[in-house]
Amino acid sequence: MSIGEYFNLLWTDYTLRTITLGTAVLGAICGMLGSFAVLRKQSLLGDAISHAALPGIAIAFLITGAKDSNILMLGALVSGLIGTFWIRGMITKTHLKTDTALGLILSLFFGFGMMLLTYIQKQPNANQAGLDKYLFGQAATLVESDVKVMIIVTGICLFVLLLFWKEFKILLFDADYTKTLGFNTRFIDILITFFIVLAIVLGLQTVGVVLMSALLLAPAAAARQWTNSLGLMVILAAIFGAFSGVLGTAISASQNNLSTGPVIVLVASVFVFVSFIFSPGRGLLFREIRFRKNRKDLQLKKTLQFMYGIVKTHDNISHPHAIRILNNFHGFTRGSLRKLEEKHWITLEGQQWALTNEGFKEAEDLYNQQSNNE
Amino acid sequence: MEEPKLAISVDDLTVAYNYKPVLWDIDLAVPEGVLMAIVGPNGAGKSTLIKAILGIIKPIAGSVAIYDKPYEKQRKLVAYVPQKGSVDWDFPTTAVDVVMMGTYGSLGWIKRPGQKEKKAALEALEKVGMLSFKNRQISQLSGGQQQRVFLARALVQNASIYFMDEPFQGVDATTEIAIINILKELRKAGKTVVVVHHDLQTVPEYFDWVTFLNVKKIATGPVKDIFNDDNLTKTYGINYKVAVNK
Repeated sequence: MSIGEYFNLLWTDYTLRTITLGTAVLGAICGMLGSFAVLRKQSLLGDAISHAALPGIAIAFLITGAKDSNILMLGALVSGLIGTFWIRGMITKTHLKTDTALGLILSLFFGFGMMLLTYIQKQPNANQAGLDKYLFGQAATLVESDVKVMIIVTGICLFVLLLFWKEFKILLFDADYTKTLGFNTRFIDILITFFIVLAIVLGLQTVGVVLMSALLLAPAAAARQWTNSLGLMVILAAIFGAFSGVLGTAISASQNNLSTGPVIVLVASVFVFVSFIFSPGRGLLFREIRFRKNRKDLQLKKTLQFMYGIVKTHDNISHPHAIRILNNFHGFTRGSLRKLEEKHWITLEGQQWALTNEGFKEAEDLYNQQSNNE
Repeated sequence: MEEPKLAISVDDLTVAYNYKPVLWDIDLAVPEGVLMAIVGPNGAGKSTLIKAILGIIKPIAGSVAIYDKPYEKQRKLVAYVPQKGSVDWDFPTTAVDVVMMGTYGSLGWIKRPGQKEKKAALEALEKVGMLSFKNRQISQLSGGQQQRVFLARALVQNASIYFMDEPFQGVDATTEIAIINILKELRKAGKTVVVVHHDLQTVPEYFDWVTFLNVKKIATGPVKDIFNDDNLTKTYGINYKVAVNK
């Protein structure tokens, strides 16, 4: 099946529609909350949380013996929250740095989870097959009830986000100051972290524990490039996330044997790549263009100022001078003379140049500007 | 003569991060309407003192009263200007938006700022000479401009007591003058201002009250009475012949 066929089938095939809706909603909620994680410089926390969720999935299966995704998710949520709690405790109670605490919890929980998974796989229970899907994710396993849960959680998350928008924003920018205003920063902090954990757990079935953090961070990192407003950043990140989810799932579903997680992450990375290069404000490309243009402008203005210095000594502004006398000036080239003529700042005739009234005025302004700055 | 009211009184305040105390047994009484500098060497606990008074750091012992009532009940009377370097200025927001945050405290939970808050924010920006930068992304402001935005955010709170953590750090002369003029205006309006300050030369010129701090409180009182060689030497540990005798 090609991708074109996949999207054609979308209109008729119920299963595909469910899966696509699910990944779109998942991408959106991850993008929204990922913005907060990125701005709080907690990018790596997402990675630690998703890995920390694995033992929860395994234990939930061991206890219930069933592969009900809601119960597994509950297990993941509990173990993810325990992981987060431990990380926080390690940072505040010991001298360990944040990255060390994250690394320790990540590998500890993931190792424990992997051990449980291999143990489960050796069990004589036909039911265990497919639990390893949680490593790299498989969107095809999404069913209607999963998507319903996703939509409900996203709805609640959106509601809380709008309700506490002001509080979230100020905490992200300046936590100490927020405290002095009388807000319970601990509550706001826990609320944000809880929803980040929830979004991660929600995505484990589709994207998998190993790569989940990328879906959280990539859309947000891409969105940051396009806007200087927090609101717009969150909206853009949700849109980028939704597209990454849908496109990634389409590609992985239309090819055989492609895990969903890696493909979604690759699509999201394309968004990041394009944003880092092509965004008008912060992108590398436009920055380079602006930089070069500025240099050229400055060179031109320096030349004009040099000419102004010569012209000033004469009564007649438009008195022609030999081009030869510019040779001592470093910024001068034949090209810059032509540019100056195009701007109608000078006129060229044979081997001579003359300042126009316009050019004289421009140079005078430049001169004044500079003496004002000093 | 009637005694002036006490704006801030700190009692037995002690703070420790690990084992060593950062602040030891600080008693402080700041009368209303003074412009007070807190001076002391690096690591003397100047910022910590402000943070402990404001409840950002939990002290091991001691209490803080604002106009004779516990600080928690008097938050609305107090405004804070943190160190400029304490936040990430690449945060996606504009100057007027940051200033508007000063109104969040009086708005309380959930309620959003409206026209009234926006107007107050613009007025504060005008006071610090930053009105023309109101829609500028904050990362594109110079260090001095960022400091003035922070000051405007505190002004919007319309408080009685202002705490400022090194507002003159890394700003140019224009901003320094702009800030000190605002501080003097605040004093004229009967407000109390407490400033963590590094430049000893300017203490007598800018302030009328001073606290010497080096883990313990060395001295506190009017600049003209206590800003002398003796206290400077006690605080900094070396004989400090500076602006005092100028």
